[in-house]
Amino acid sequence: MTLDLVAIVISAILVNNFVLMRFLGICPFLGVSRRLSTAMGMGVAVIFVMTLASAITWIFQHGLLTPLGLDYLQTVVYILVIASLVQFVEMVIQKTSPALYQALGIYLPIITTNCAILGVAFINVREYYSFLESSVNGFAGGVGFTLAIVLFAGVRERLDVAETPAALQGVPIALISAGLMSVGFFGFRNLFHFLFS
Amino acid sequence: MSRLRKLVDDFRNGIIPENPLLRLVLGMCPALAISTAVMNGFWMGVAVTFVLTGSNLLISLIRGLIPSRVRIPCFIVVIATFVTVVDLTMNAFLPEMHQILGIFVPLIVVNCIILARAETFASRKPALNSVVDGLGMGLGFTLALVIISSIREILGTANLVVAGWRVFGAGLPFNPAQVMVMPPGAFVTLGLIVGALNLATRRRSRRAACREEARS
Repeated sequence: MTLDLVAIVISAILVNNFVLMRFLGICPFLGVSRRLSTAMGMGVAVIFVMTLASAITWIFQHGLLTPLGLDYLQTVVYILVIASLVQFVEMVIQKTSPALYQALGIYLPIITTNCAILGVAFINVREYYSFLESSVNGFAGGVGFTLAIVLFAGVRERLDVAETPAALQGVPIALISAGLMSVGFFGFRNLFHFLFS
Repeated sequence: MSRLRKLVDDFRNGIIPENPLLRLVLGMCPALAISTAVMNGFWMGVAVTFVLTGSNLLISLIRGLIPSRVRIPCFIVVIATFVTVVDLTMNAFLPEMHQILGIFVPLIVVNCIILARAETFASRKPALNSVVDGLGMGLGFTLALVIISSIREILGTANLVVAGWRVFGAGLPFNPAQVMVMPPGAFVTLGLIVGALNLATRRRSRRAACREEARS
């Protein structure tokens, strides 16, 4: 049981990193990674929303869709749940904690179309995760996203002052650097073998 | 005549000038994730084209009925409906491809291209233009996907399999670089293609500027 959870956490953060191995959430990964501070803010917002979204979509799936045999409505229901969840979180934070809103507010609206959030919900249901496993997977997935985007922001801050060929400036060089980071994450491939055997 | 001309322009716009993937850099997640083999890229492109055309048509038809404050949720519901249609159809007729594309079929819902076209084009233009725009954008996306996935498949497996047929017979005479069909290959390939396109554009505009100078 605990071992399963540990495996899920390691898998979501390192072995199957959401961004670099599963290609989920590439748009914010490229879009808001220019500065370390914004990358950090985005990361925290994603961890927060992803954990909540995993838990709530699980409740909808197993409390509503599966019992009523409405599995074909999965896509429509998930995206609506996530969109309203983000709106709701935004309103709650705005009312209760202006400081937190200041930090996360601008990232929340973009999160609705972050495919990592919807992606984690689909992964949870396809892997037949329990409620606890789903939530942990959502949280760890968010941590994996944060790790990748924060590391990448560090790389990009250096790229800004590096001499790159004119045609590669901007998105192309960012993609190539992400590729090299992805090679680095390959090093974790055998982690399971190493830990659990 | 000028209306026809406008339609042709709308169609061509998505293929080269505003290619969603290579120019606007939208819809990266599926492009990177499933471009390991050319058939995956092709079917993903077809699925996106269908959703894009369908949602553009429907949104354009109901654009007068949607209050602008709730337009984004309305667009998302329309898009999600078309994605469900694609998801179920693929599951029924192409079960193997559906398995390979995995969660990236339902994830078409959050593909930025579709919402972007709904917001900037379909909610403002007549139905026919919106359909043509959807087809053009979809074709541009499919072409870009096919190019990326062919490069990755050729370099990564030394062969190209199109609908079960091996294009290069026993394979090309080099050792396949497996990293190309793995995640790092996706990032590097797309980065280099976008870079090459930038280079071509710069060359062309510089040449145009030279010609301009020579004339004056």
